[in-house]
Amino acid sequence: MKKQIIVGLGSCGIAAGAGKVYARAQSLIEAGNTDVLLKQTSCIGMCYKEPLVEVVDDRGHYLYGSVDVKKLEEIFEKHIRNGEVIDEYVVESDVIQGHESHYFAGQVKIALRNCGYMDPESIEEAEQRQAYEAIRKIATEHVSSEEVIQTVLDSGLRGRGGGGFPTGLKWRFAHNSQSDEKYIICNADEGDPGAFMDRSLLEGDPHAILEGMIIGAYAMNATSGVIYCRAEYPLAIKRLNIALQQAREKGYLGKNILGIEGFDLDIIVKEGAGAFVCGEETALIASVEGERGMPRKRPPFPAERGLWNKPTNINNVETFANIPYILLHGADAYNKYGTEKSKGTKVFALTGKVKHGGLVEVPMGVSIREIIFDLGGGIQENKKFKAVQLGGPSGGCIPESLIDTKVDYDSVNATGAIMGSGGMVVMDETTCMVDMARFFLNFTQEESCGKCTFCRIGTKRMLEILTRITQGKGKEGDIELLQELSQQIKDGSLCGLGQTAPNPVLTTIKYFRDEYEAHINDKRCPAINCKALLTYEVIAENCTGCTVCAVKCPSSCIDGSRKEIHFINQELCIKCGECFAGCNFEAIRVY
Amino acid sequence: MRISRKKISLQAVETPDVNISLINPIIQKYQGKKGNLIPVLQGVQSLYGYVPREAFIRLNEEMGLKLNEMYGVATFYAQFRLSPVGKHIIKVCHGTACHVQNATKITEALVTELGVKDGHTTEDGLFTLESVACLGCCSLAPVMMVDNETFGSLTGKKAARVIKELRRKETQP
Ligand SMILES: Cc1cc2nc3c(=O)[nH]c(=O)nc-3n(C[C@H](O)[C@H](O)[C@H](O)COP(=O)(O)O)c2cc1C
Ligand code: FES
Repeated sequence: MKKQIIVGLGSCGIAAGAGKVYARAQSLIEAGNTDVLLKQTSCIGMCYKEPLVEVVDDRGHYLYGSVDVKKLEEIFEKHIRNGEVIDEYVVESDVIQGHESHYFAGQVKIALRNCGYMDPESIEEAEQRQAYEAIRKIATEHVSSEEVIQTVLDSGLRGRGGGGFPTGLKWRFAHNSQSDEKYIICNADEGDPGAFMDRSLLEGDPHAILEGMIIGAYAMNATSGVIYCRAEYPLAIKRLNIALQQAREKGYLGKNILGIEGFDLDIIVKEGAGAFVCGEETALIASVEGERGMPRKRPPFPAERGLWNKPTNINNVETFANIPYILLHGADAYNKYGTEKSKGTKVFALTGKVKHGGLVEVPMGVSIREIIFDLGGGIQENKKFKAVQLGGPSGGCIPESLIDTKVDYDSVNATGAIMGSGGMVVMDETTCMVDMARFFLNFTQEESCGKCTFCRIGTKRMLEILTRITQGKGKEGDIELLQELSQQIKDGSLCGLGQTAPNPVLTTIKYFRDEYEAHINDKRCPAINCKALLTYEVIAENCTGCTVCAVKCPSSCIDGSRKEIHFINQELCIKCGECFAGCNFEAIRVY
Repeated sequence: MRISRKKISLQAVETPDVNISLINPIIQKYQGKKGNLIPVLQGVQSLYGYVPREAFIRLNEEMGLKLNEMYGVATFYAQFRLSPVGKHIIKVCHGTACHVQNATKITEALVTELGVKDGHTTEDGLFTLESVACLGCCSLAPVMMVDNETFGSLTGKKAARVIKELRRKETQP
């Protein structure tokens, strides 16, 4: 068997240097005239070990992690030329026990079933992994659109874009709308900053999303499809367009698809232009129509009147990626995972202060602790876990006391956070929760489209209050004012953006009120993060008078001559932290 | 609110002469198609790096797109720029994951390295420094993108080194 070298070329891999590794492998193969097949794949989810290189030989496969050009040369010399496996670099393998095998062992890959296991630019490889078999089955076994919808309903699949609405039900509404034209839209706007599940799916398995949309179109008699993808994902857009072209050539798109009489469909990609609110379905529709992406009142729901006033169904990328699996293997194969009301699996983007950042797909109902500590390996530098942020700007922070919360829609909602699209940002003791709330309000305030007064002006007022608190100018009564404004914004906003914008503030007040109080009453930031509230001081016992801090200080506020104890002039200190970072004797204290 | 984010730069930049005939293929491609406004503006921006005033006027004359609507759309979406930019665009991610991993330090380091404020262009016209919300490489935070290349696991020093390297390439004959 010909040996293979497979390089992970997802955006994250490329950012970590996989492009150079691929190029080096190519030149080595050419120079040595080696009989090796060089291939590309996409992100397998193990982002913390990027760049990843897989070697396949007749014994099995070996996944090497953190491979730079030098390590690649070593792997080439030893493994490819001489068949010697370099154990210490192996992270996962079916032959030997890899160092990180447990990262995969705890996962159930349904949506991510092909990501990292095939070349996303090759439809043949996708077909070998069962792409388009579900729609083929529907065509050959004459499964009716009713039956397709029933299967999706039975699977218990709920929308993965954040709302969690039962997908089958949504499809039924669209199916029942009468019209000669109907649209099916894939929401690939992924606006939650800190989440990248959809990007990985689009880059790693575009055919699964296309097939999901084709099945959806069949179920509701849609006549055209649109994928609305954010412009920040150029690689995803490129691979989608390649996949679309291949699908057209193979007859999965076009007229009378797979011989189903009258089933015509084409799909196009529309690029977003940078606006978070365009993830909301009515704003998304306005944006596809070429207008400012402002949400409108519902009803009428898109299922009755959507794009170009025609019935329209919108689903998230991950929702579509699950569909072919469900149709091919049956509803039971999917709903055997999960909890009573949240079926199947969910992909999470694990980021922040966690050791093993990456993408994980787990059955609904596992605990947050299992995700962060078992799969994620715990907190970086073994610091103390403080909170995890779920649901992005619409979500909330879940504190350590609730870390055993199960991830399903209802349990997460009960904490005040939301499941959202699956972003999971881990925070440790050095993260200031007031600053986090300020960060999110800054985001929603900028991204508010401005249509609703409460969302437009209310978020601005909240941001001002939060900024004031982090600058040490907080006043008594600020917390209550924030709570009052929150309620008003929730009540007075038309779309989900405004209705959920106060969540990060409300949950941090609920679980970390003491931090707010420390900022307001004691003018102190317990996480030592808010610059304006910090004090830098010389610890006299430790100071050797080496003058390093005085030299480094950009505002020349440190006095003291050689071999004498130094002194920081608090009036002039700009709290840049240079002295703290530069001191070799731990003689600077910050509090 | 989205309209207020588009601060038209007060920096004294000379508006270069634009060769407006470059946009003819775009007009041909999208003429008469519904919902074409955003792709048209995206096409124009990819030619000039921003949407020049002349282009708005030309699109109005040739395609019948209304000036107020075009301006409305161009100021709504973060992607569009109305003034010229540097040759290289540096986008520092300030998404949640990057914020938690201290993206502020990266911007600070670049502000020092380039000698311009966030959102501005260097005097030599080589670099524009911007902030964006999430580049989708959150597990490698903090992240920045220079033109089309993404750099992960940054420190202030590393980020500055990337820029130094690029500047060296630009200034060498
Ligand atoms: C402000 C806002 C932003 C949203 N952003 C996204 C997004 O980026 N991606 C997404 O799939 N859904 C997003 N949604 C949810 C969509 O409106 C919609 O519910 C979803 O695409 C439906 O698909 P699903 O049923 O498959 O989840 C957003 C909603 C709101 C209110
Ligand atoms: S938060 Fe920076 S890349 Fe996502």
